[in-house]
Amino acid sequence: MIYSLCLLLILIGLYGVVVSRQTLKIVISLLIMNHGVHLLLLLIGYREAGSPPIVDPSISIAEFAAGAVDPLPQALVLTSIVIGLGVLALMVALCVRLYERYGTFDVTEIRRLRG
Amino acid sequence: MNVDVQTLIPLFVAVPLGMSLLVQLLARHRHVLAEVLTIITLLLLALMSCYSVGHSGIYHLGGWPTPVGIDMRLDALATLLLLAVNIVGLAVSLYSVDYMRRFTARSHFHSLFLLMVTGMNGVILAGDLFNLYVFLEVAAIASYSLVAFGCAHEELEASFKYIVLGSLSSALILTGVALVYGITGTLNLAYIAARIAETGRDTPLLLAFGLFICGFSFKAALVPFHAWLPDAHPAAPAPVSAMLSGVLIKAIGVYVLARLAFNVFGITDNELSLLRWLGLLSMVAGGLLATGQKDIKRLFAYSSISQVGFMVLGLGLGTPLGLVGGLYHLVNHAFFKSLLFLNAGSVEYATGTRKLKHLGGLNRQLPVTAATSLVGSMSIAGIPPFSGFWSKLIIVLACIESGYYGFATAAVLVSIVTLAYQLKVQRMAFFSALPETLKGLRREPPMMAVAMILLALGCIALSFAVLTGLREPWLISAAQQILTAGIFGD
Repeated sequence: MIYSLCLLLILIGLYGVVVSRQTLKIVISLLIMNHGVHLLLLLIGYREAGSPPIVDPSISIAEFAAGAVDPLPQALVLTSIVIGLGVLALMVALCVRLYERYGTFDVTEIRRLRG
Repeated sequence: MNVDVQTLIPLFVAVPLGMSLLVQLLARHRHVLAEVLTIITLLLLALMSCYSVGHSGIYHLGGWPTPVGIDMRLDALATLLLLAVNIVGLAVSLYSVDYMRRFTARSHFHSLFLLMVTGMNGVILAGDLFNLYVFLEVAAIASYSLVAFGCAHEELEASFKYIVLGSLSSALILTGVALVYGITGTLNLAYIAARIAETGRDTPLLLAFGLFICGFSFKAALVPFHAWLPDAHPAAPAPVSAMLSGVLIKAIGVYVLARLAFNVFGITDNELSLLRWLGLLSMVAGGLLATGQKDIKRLFAYSSISQVGFMVLGLGLGTPLGLVGGLYHLVNHAFFKSLLFLNAGSVEYATGTRKLKHLGGLNRQLPVTAATSLVGSMSIAGIPPFSGFWSKLIIVLACIESGYYGFATAAVLVSIVTLAYQLKVQRMAFFSALPETLKGLRREPPMMAVAMILLALGCIALSFAVLTGLREPWLISAAQQILTAGIFGD
């Protein structure tokens, strides 16, 4: 069930990328899509009523592993968010430069390239 | 000197990464120093990749053993790609010394260029899926900004198109990574492969594989996913176009596709036929679109789509001969397409235009460019005895051997189309009468000439690879065996 909400988020993002005419709206849609994927990754490591993935010396490793949340997807999501931030910064910078050159955020007016 | 190749593996990533930071620290305003540092780095990387020929190994990052730590693996296939990336990179770094003089902020160019090389080397050597994704993004982000480097209208527009489609494909790939981790519980390529061999592929894994095929077809610019390439590759400065078309679409596109399909997921007949049709479509559509182009770099960009189609067709046959053909064409294309883009850059540098109808008679004015572009054109068009002829011949023979006469016919016809548009470039740019406006051009600067000669020699040298036999060309056959060996061993 909750996985389908991630899918919904990804599809909303995809819809936004395809339909939007404003460069900044496309950027925001991509962001939504990316975060849908991040949530999916997090959910994969999630365990209902799981303990935090910090080793507790009072319980055995096997018991700990059976009860703890998987920490690896969290590490992956952190990395991916940082990458996403880099791409986002670059995209917004491109939008600003495009606005300086073309005087518009409208992608239907930004079209010198064809053929 | 005897260096353990194990210790070299991480250096392929660490050296360019460190240098790109060092260039920003030391040489931000000292362009000559930045250029020297870049050339030394690429020279070192090229020597390292020559040294690693015939070696293989797994490097455990930080000394952690395999299931816990991160692996980097070097094998014959990775070596082949490393050679292509770093030798082309060396030529491009030499070329950019003279070419980039027109631009401001050149140290940024060198840093981004080194980052792109870092990303590509990282993808080639990555032993697990998530690092592959991270390095892919490093290479992609560097290439987005390099496409926009000139900051003119077209460049920004092309870069925006590229970054939107690139992020979309990266999101698909990341979803695939998430699904694979969720099902197999590991990200290590060898462990995923072992897990798939053990329990087969259930539906979510199939979905993940589908997402990877879409995502990496975007990166490789196969035809339904190609829309960004004809804008992005011509808009970039010529050395960057050479890197993008020559090696980037292969290192982060075709190579990863082949690696995942053959070594990790274990490709089936249906999926092979999907690859064949993707290849055929790109080959035909790219070739036909290239013939109508008026801009020399745009023509070469469409031609890249067409040639990637040849590679994927070869890989999609799945037979040893087909794989040899695909990989051989991959390396050949890395050399001749980057050479052709450098030629186009040199023409633009001298004349200030890329429009074919404004050019003409340049074989007297730019002798080195004309001679090397003849080598490049003949190679790509498949004129014997140049390298492109052998790889295309192997692909056609492999099609016939597997009984796909239609694909073989299409491959032959598309090579004729290739010859047609290359002759168009040769005739309109180099052999027709010299227009009044182009009289008294200066010759190409020395470093640019050196870089083009280096790549032309590479093209010629590659045609000798076939001396060891049509079925087992030197270097390529070892790489093919990695793919046909199927799933990774430990």
